Amino acid sequence: MLIFEHSSQGRKGAPQSPVEKASVSAIPENLLRKKSAALPEVSELQAVRHYTRLSQKNFSIDTQFYPLGSCTMKYNPRACNSLAMLPGFLNAHPLTPDEQNQGFLACMSDLQSMLCEATGMAAFSLAPMAGAQGEFAGVAKIEAYHTSRGDVERKEILVPDAAHGTNPATAVMCGFRVKEIPTLANGDVDLDALKQAVGPQTAGLMLTNPSTLGVFERNIEEIAKVVHQAGGLLYYDGANLNAILGKIRPGDMGFDVIHSNLHKTFSTPHGGGGPGSGAVGVAERLIPFLPLPMVTQEGEQYRYLTAKDRPQSIGRLSAFMGNPGVLLRAYIYMRFLGREGMVRVAEFATLNANYMMAEAKRRGFTLAIDSRRASHEFIITLKNEARKHHVSAMDFAKRLLDLGYHAPTTYFPLLVPECLLIEPTESEAKEALDGFMDALEQIKQEAETNPEILHAAPQTMPVKRLDEVRAAKQLDLAYKAN
Amino acid sequence: MPFIPHTEQEISQMLQTIGADSIEDLFDEIPAHLRAAVLEAVPVGMTEMEISRLMHQRAEKNTKALCFLGAGAYQHHIPAAVWEITTRGEYYSAYTPYQAEASQGTLQLTYEYQSMMTALTAMDVSNASMYDGASSLAEAVLMAVRGNRKSKSRKILIPTTVNPVYRQTAHTIVKGQQIDLVEVPYDAATGTVTLELIKQQAEADITAIVIQQPNFFGCLEAVDEITDWAHENNILVIAVINPLAAALLTPPGEWGQDEASKGADIACGDGQPLGAPMSAGGPYYGLLCCKQALVRQMPGRIVGRTVDLDGKEGFVLTLQAREQHIRRSKATSNICTNQGLVVTASTIHMAIMGAEGLENTAAACHASNNSLVEKLSTIKGVKKAFSSVHFHETVLQLDAPAAQVLTALMQKGILGGFDLSLDYPELGNAILVCTTEMRSEEDIAAYATAMQEVLAQPANNIASLQESA
Repeated sequence: MLIFEHSSQGRKGAPQSPVEKASVSAIPENLLRKKSAALPEVSELQAVRHYTRLSQKNFSIDTQFYPLGSCTMKYNPRACNSLAMLPGFLNAHPLTPDEQNQGFLACMSDLQSMLCEATGMAAFSLAPMAGAQGEFAGVAKIEAYHTSRGDVERKEILVPDAAHGTNPATAVMCGFRVKEIPTLANGDVDLDALKQAVGPQTAGLMLTNPSTLGVFERNIEEIAKVVHQAGGLLYYDGANLNAILGKIRPGDMGFDVIHSNLHKTFSTPHGGGGPGSGAVGVAERLIPFLPLPMVTQEGEQYRYLTAKDRPQSIGRLSAFMGNPGVLLRAYIYMRFLGREGMVRVAEFATLNANYMMAEAKRRGFTLAIDSRRASHEFIITLKNEARKHHVSAMDFAKRLLDLGYHAPTTYFPLLVPECLLIEPTESEAKEALDGFMDALEQIKQEAETNPEILHAAPQTMPVKRLDEVRAAKQLDLAYKAN
Repeated sequence: MPFIPHTEQEISQMLQTIGADSIEDLFDEIPAHLRAAVLEAVPVGMTEMEISRLMHQRAEKNTKALCFLGAGAYQHHIPAAVWEITTRGEYYSAYTPYQAEASQGTLQLTYEYQSMMTALTAMDVSNASMYDGASSLAEAVLMAVRGNRKSKSRKILIPTTVNPVYRQTAHTIVKGQQIDLVEVPYDAATGTVTLELIKQQAEADITAIVIQQPNFFGCLEAVDEITDWAHENNILVIAVINPLAAALLTPPGEWGQDEASKGADIACGDGQPLGAPMSAGGPYYGLLCCKQALVRQMPGRIVGRTVDLDGKEGFVLTLQAREQHIRRSKATSNICTNQGLVVTASTIHMAIMGAEGLENTAAACHASNNSLVEKLSTIKGVKKAFSSVHFHETVLQLDAPAAQVLTALMQKGILGGFDLSLDYPELGNAILVCTTEMRSEEDIAAYATAMQEVLAQPANNIASLQESA
């Protein structure tokens, strides 16, 4: 039932707003609304009950194991939330003079420094509001760098075919052509193809390492050399930074530009689809182009850098300072971890993934890439099950929901048929991993003996499988009162 | 170990299953000479108690001054229930609702958000939100260029009465697309754009025009006249709105007198006034709405209502063929995320406030600003810059340097407004003052007293106040 269907004409929310309407006689009649907006009219209790009940229709990290590959669904510590919501932070107007905003700016300055250290970059800007915006900022900086050198023929960005969809979409948004580079069966980038592809038209290469195939790119040094020798820059998509935090740094691998998804590696909540943060870091030569605002420390004082300080900046990406509430949560999380905790993140995320991969093999599943170490995630391909029993990765995913587990990422990366991309993260205990593997094995047996169970799944959710074709053809995107 | 549950015994069992001697072995594919040293510049870890103390100390350092500052972010009352429910783990720690059956909470809520936003704006369609108001304007511009097939120029008119940081952001985001953002000056007497000024910039083919209502100066633009003119000339109208003001003012979907082409084509703006705390600048969210005809040009996530196998109502992400994870380099935008959690808060906020609550709040903001401007205008050295009607912000011109006056006010516990001298040097010593429903008559009186005291000082004394600050 929709909130609109709880509505009764004339019911009021009571003590939340001024009871009487103040005079608006100064505003000309033609600029005033003729009819009130058709919002629901409910009591506070009705709203609280409705949205509490709705929340219970969600899977979440707080309630279920959520091994969603490429998404790093780790625990979101509660203290990160409560401390980021202290009144001193919530009531800070974004245009408060810097001298009156020192507590917040100090956190941002520290966060920039810690991100530099953790990634091996020279400077960081916290401005981008999500991973894709971080990518945009990164590619825009590559463009600005080449242009500043009069190197204006570099119009092509290289992207491995295993990359996230945001990579090619971003490159196009920044005005580049995209060329895909194939990936070898062992998961490494096809170096020969890369050598063929680079040239005076190459602006840069966007790379995720470890890759979306769940393995570390072993030829990274050679790749960096090839791209740099061609005059291009190397872009690090930080989607999988959790796998290597404190173990190897993108800056040391030769990357010139990176974005870090703070909502993955640094545990800010996914919130049902955002807000995120895609902080961007650069090597020395790209510092002038970083997006604003940034925070700088001068003695004991902190202040925002402006366009005056950074005339070559690619500019602003938002009205104010990105998503400060998200940045505060990431900052608090990083202070919890400290330098030793960061290394442990990578170690235990990797331990969990390799353990699950070994268990998957032992239980008869086919791995997309056998005989290599998993990073913090790995891929099962269900192509045999699909052929023999006519069940799909989607069927496995839906059946997992019935057994109380959020499904892994399905059908990504696009290269692997009928795949499940599984990322447990470091915050899950062994019994959760074992429970999930038991469930997966049970489904495999069901696929052999009674595949109908899979086709009909889920049965225990608030709804069964939904008609997506109808949703796209008979568009119903907003409630209209009869 | 913080947030890592493994016991020693479990670690050895797991390594045994893997067939590795140590955790270190799992990293043996990484070239040894590239391995990171200790992260010296990251401090050692802290306990919750220590972090709590640190964060309280830092939060305390931020000002508690009375806020008369707006310029795109506004201090409104948010019902206590809003964030209590929003930060329930089931909303807070859920992922994007790609597994629809296990995400009906978030999906239905987003559908309700889209329904409320279309009701508030009188537009046909709303998406599930963009990052913020400024970036939603950039996406609206891109959308207009895709959507206006009759226009070839990729020229967008943007009056300088549109928030300067919105214009800057739009420039950053669209500059890779050969789009020309053409500025239109405002009328110095009214603080609004006029049709005459627009026409001077619009001799050739124009793709779209942006109108902010209320505009950055708080003034109300002649939206009907401009919308009708734009549509007569095949120009799309992009409205930038404050959604709280839309509860009181003519919503963008009803702009214009011409019934056949009524309404802005795209409406965007920042959702912050509807349930998001100021929080040093975010997270807020960008609202983005459009006419039905443009729905397939819409970027970002959209939720649709459908049925399941049993014919039962349910909700899914729809029209995904527009998006980057399907279309890759041919997507409508590279955007992936929306500001889900803030939209959750905003939906609950709108449900609790209702249309009447929002309308009364908007009216209170307006009345409160009238009261402030009336009191301040009686002070020698303060005058209203523009003759137009305003919503809840007003430009005041001072006979002393604006920055110095604001600093002096700050010392009296008043966050007195936004200094316009950087973005609008032609206005001289001008500040933008804002009031919301949260500023009581006592607050306003306190501001007036403080302003009187500050301006009573000779100019050099105001400057010396600033130096000692």
